[in-house]
Amino acid sequence: MDVRTKEAVRYLGYGNHAIDGRTLALIASSFQELETVAGRRVIYRIFDVSVESEDSLIIGTLKIKSKNLGRNLKSCDKAFLLGATLGVGVDTLLRRYTLTDMARVVILQACAAAMLEEYLDNCQEKLRHEQEQDGYHLRPRFSPGYGDFSITHQEEILRMLDAPKQIGLSLTDGNMLIPTKSVTAIIGLSRLNIPCHIQGCEACEKYDCSYRRKQK
Amino acid sequence: MIRTHLGKDLLYFDGGMGTLLQSKGLKPGELPETWNLTRPDEIIDIHRQYFEAGSDIVLTNTFGANALKFHNSQYQLKEIIEAAVGNAKKAASLGVHDNRPTYVALDVGPTGKLLKPMGDLGFEEACETFAEVMRYGEEASADFIHIETMSDTYEVKAAILAAKENTNLPVTVTMIFDEKGKLLTGGDVPSVVAMLEGLGVDALGINCGLGPRQMLSVLSEIMEYASIPVIVKPNAGLPKQKDGEVYYDVEPEEFAQTMEEILKLGASAIGGCCGTTPEHIRAMVQMAGRRTPRPSVPKEDTIVSSYGKAVVLNRKPVIIGERINPTGKKKFKQALKDHDMDYILKEGVAQQDKGAHILDVNVGLPDIDEVSMMREAVTELQSVTSLPLQIDTVDIRAMESAMRIYNGKPMINSVNGKQESMDAVFPLVQKYGGVVVALTIDEDGIPATAKGRCRIAGRIIDEAAKYGIAKKDIVVDVLAMTISSEPEGAKITLDALRRVRETYGVCTVLGVSNISFGLPCRPVINANFYTMALQNGLSAGIVNPSSEEMMRSYDSFCALMNYDQNCEAYIRKYGAQTEDVPQKPVRAASSLTLRDAIEKGLKEEAHHKAAELLKTQKPLEIINQYLIPALDEVGKGFEKGTVFLPQLLMSADAAKIAFAVLKDSLEENGREGQKKHKIILATVKGDIHDIGKNIVKVLLENYSFDVIDLGKDVSPETIAECAVKEDVSLVGLSALMTTTVVSMETTIKLLREKKPDCKVMVGGAVLNQEYADMIGADFYGKDAMQSVYYAQRIFEC
Repeated sequence: MDVRTKEAVRYLGYGNHAIDGRTLALIASSFQELETVAGRRVIYRIFDVSVESEDSLIIGTLKIKSKNLGRNLKSCDKAFLLGATLGVGVDTLLRRYTLTDMARVVILQACAAAMLEEYLDNCQEKLRHEQEQDGYHLRPRFSPGYGDFSITHQEEILRMLDAPKQIGLSLTDGNMLIPTKSVTAIIGLSRLNIPCHIQGCEACEKYDCSYRRKQK
Repeated sequence: MIRTHLGKDLLYFDGGMGTLLQSKGLKPGELPETWNLTRPDEIIDIHRQYFEAGSDIVLTNTFGANALKFHNSQYQLKEIIEAAVGNAKKAASLGVHDNRPTYVALDVGPTGKLLKPMGDLGFEEACETFAEVMRYGEEASADFIHIETMSDTYEVKAAILAAKENTNLPVTVTMIFDEKGKLLTGGDVPSVVAMLEGLGVDALGINCGLGPRQMLSVLSEIMEYASIPVIVKPNAGLPKQKDGEVYYDVEPEEFAQTMEEILKLGASAIGGCCGTTPEHIRAMVQMAGRRTPRPSVPKEDTIVSSYGKAVVLNRKPVIIGERINPTGKKKFKQALKDHDMDYILKEGVAQQDKGAHILDVNVGLPDIDEVSMMREAVTELQSVTSLPLQIDTVDIRAMESAMRIYNGKPMINSVNGKQESMDAVFPLVQKYGGVVVALTIDEDGIPATAKGRCRIAGRIIDEAAKYGIAKKDIVVDVLAMTISSEPEGAKITLDALRRVRETYGVCTVLGVSNISFGLPCRPVINANFYTMALQNGLSAGIVNPSSEEMMRSYDSFCALMNYDQNCEAYIRKYGAQTEDVPQKPVRAASSLTLRDAIEKGLKEEAHHKAAELLKTQKPLEIINQYLIPALDEVGKGFEKGTVFLPQLLMSADAAKIAFAVLKDSLEENGREGQKKHKIILATVKGDIHDIGKNIVKVLLENYSFDVIDLGKDVSPETIAECAVKEDVSLVGLSALMTTTVVSMETTIKLLREKKPDCKVMVGGAVLNQEYADMIGADFYGKDAMQSVYYAQRIFEC
């Protein structure tokens, strides 16, 4: 099973349970269908980071209060702001199947999430490679909504990235990203190569979450 | 006046503003528009440099000056725009020394918000946002309005309408395309050109996103479709990043050289966007000089479009799906009365799946509000399908309302030869754009001869021309009359089709199935007549795409007439069939019971088994003996963690299909089943993630609850109002994020006030029992099954 299929299965709530062949086939065909409508786009820019105190930092012009992010960006003097989206086509597809096939909607939704993460991982890998040549190391990406990093920062992040114009990523009045299959994130850049074993899902403190990635 | 020069003289726009402002000290995140007031000298200086470099047109520094983007309590939008236009005018007086005419264009950029149904900005709200800016611009004496850097056809339509309805200024529009010629929202070149020309802009084109070289192929495609002057404003190459700064590195000389190629392709106004400087403009002006651009050539394609797709009617026959129409359909009528939007949408996607290219939308019924129904149907259909729509109504208010909010260039059904009809419909086509169906009927009725119908077609085309509506935007319907009462009907229609094509060279449309009205085995006649009509020049048949006979006629015609290259589509569709005539699959008797079929989530088997059981058992018995136990079993498995969400929903879908079979039988026997309990479901205000709510809906419907689905981003007032009006005793609310739990709380409070006897259940990723208690909900459902159990408890069923 490839990584994105594994992730899709996890998003569907299977935990450690085996998945049946039929659902697996649906996952495969959902990825296929998503490929025909997804318009992957990404925008990123580097900003200076200054840490004011344990829970307060400034990235470019963005002032953030967050202990979790502070910890994540420890020893970083720069950071990428990044926005990525699968585009409006995925939302239209989900709405279309909502009419006739909710099982497929649920699977498409999980696959789209996995596809977006995979895309981000690939982008991040490229950036890691580039930055390492300049002597910088990447920290795990950290998004508004993780821990105490408030999603109210979305607006300024999108503005700093010019995201609506660049990749068609914008915000609702309720600070939600649209298209819905979109992500913004901060990726710290540090001269120090601190190994980060814990990232993404595992870094979250909600230990009873049924979608939690299981440690091997 | 800019109009006298556009397309006749080569015009130069200015170049980038943002880059220059940054070099003068504008900080990231600072609103550039405030500089019109705080640092006018710098702004005037930039404009002046452009005029000196040779620009004929400069854009005011107002790109982000709209109420949605511009949040600065210190300055009023009005004073910003007045100052901006003033600064540009002043610069013209300082920077132009050769007496050439100069223009100050009010620069209008996107709002930065996505419009409904993709996003949460209402169409009229967008119109008003643009209108405010444009009124100020006209008051401040801007020479024309330049709408630019747009990537959404819907937003640009709102901006154009705002300009047309609130000012007398000329309007030009440029949009961002990617290298493949697509907008961020999916639109392609022909769909964009068709819509913009339909809305009557003075010039259209492309800006930003790409460098001049990457724009060449997109421009070629634009030139293939555009009949009006074309503007090109590239960036100075593709963006690059260094040390956190974005920069563009195509130098002025190279830029100018590529712009020469752009002129050769036929652009008639050129300038620069991000990263370009007065030096780029100077190099370009020096290279190209003052000259006459290639004249615009009127194009003859008949195009209808949606936000994502253009359908060209004159290159290959197309299918217009006829099923969204209540005429003669009991269920459809009932759906309209019940405001069952899902029913209509399903008809839409089903026809798309069967191969329709355009969907006819007719929702007229004597006792419903057709204006609001048409508006809603069009909006909702456009949220699930990218097929262009044909707005089919005799109610002129419904027609206008739908044309206004339609995203693209619609097809309009219809106008006819009566003066009254033309007086009403043509002004709408003139304003909103569209391809209009012209029925060959006038004050004296339908002529009995082909010649007579042809004459009416001519009169309609002439009358349309008075409104500036080109012949290519008229599609003639010579009308098919049933041969059961008009023995010569088919012959006259076919003759008229041919004559209209030969005489006027316009496209044609026909409601094909009328031909067999009153006869047995109608599909046989219909399909044969369809082929004959195609052979006589029918461009667009209004047919039922679910009819295999009709589709076979269409597919064969396309293969035979080489519309289907190498018979590819034909082979793809029919290649797997071994017999000449496809057989209905013979279903092998399977050993599965209905209960097994539902538990395993097998839709076809569930359908088949339910139908089989109906031969020997009563519907209610089947429900109680097979359906409910199966659903209960799956539900229990889900709770125990042995069945997972996809399987739960597959079972739910299978059960739904079995229910549908049984429901038909219940209705045939004059029994609707027991009265259902009503439950309202809604995703709260500010929240657009509704998948959880939709899952709950499917399951509740399985258990025979009557779900009133209010959708997503629903205001507390709408929910409370509906609860009172429908006298509902259970409301389910969903929210995804902490930020929207607040509106959940507000909704609950309002419900307590307006409908105290109503219970509220809540669910969603961010919620837990504690949270639910805090906001005063009666019940927290941690998953979809819990809401079913709770509903059963409430209604004691």
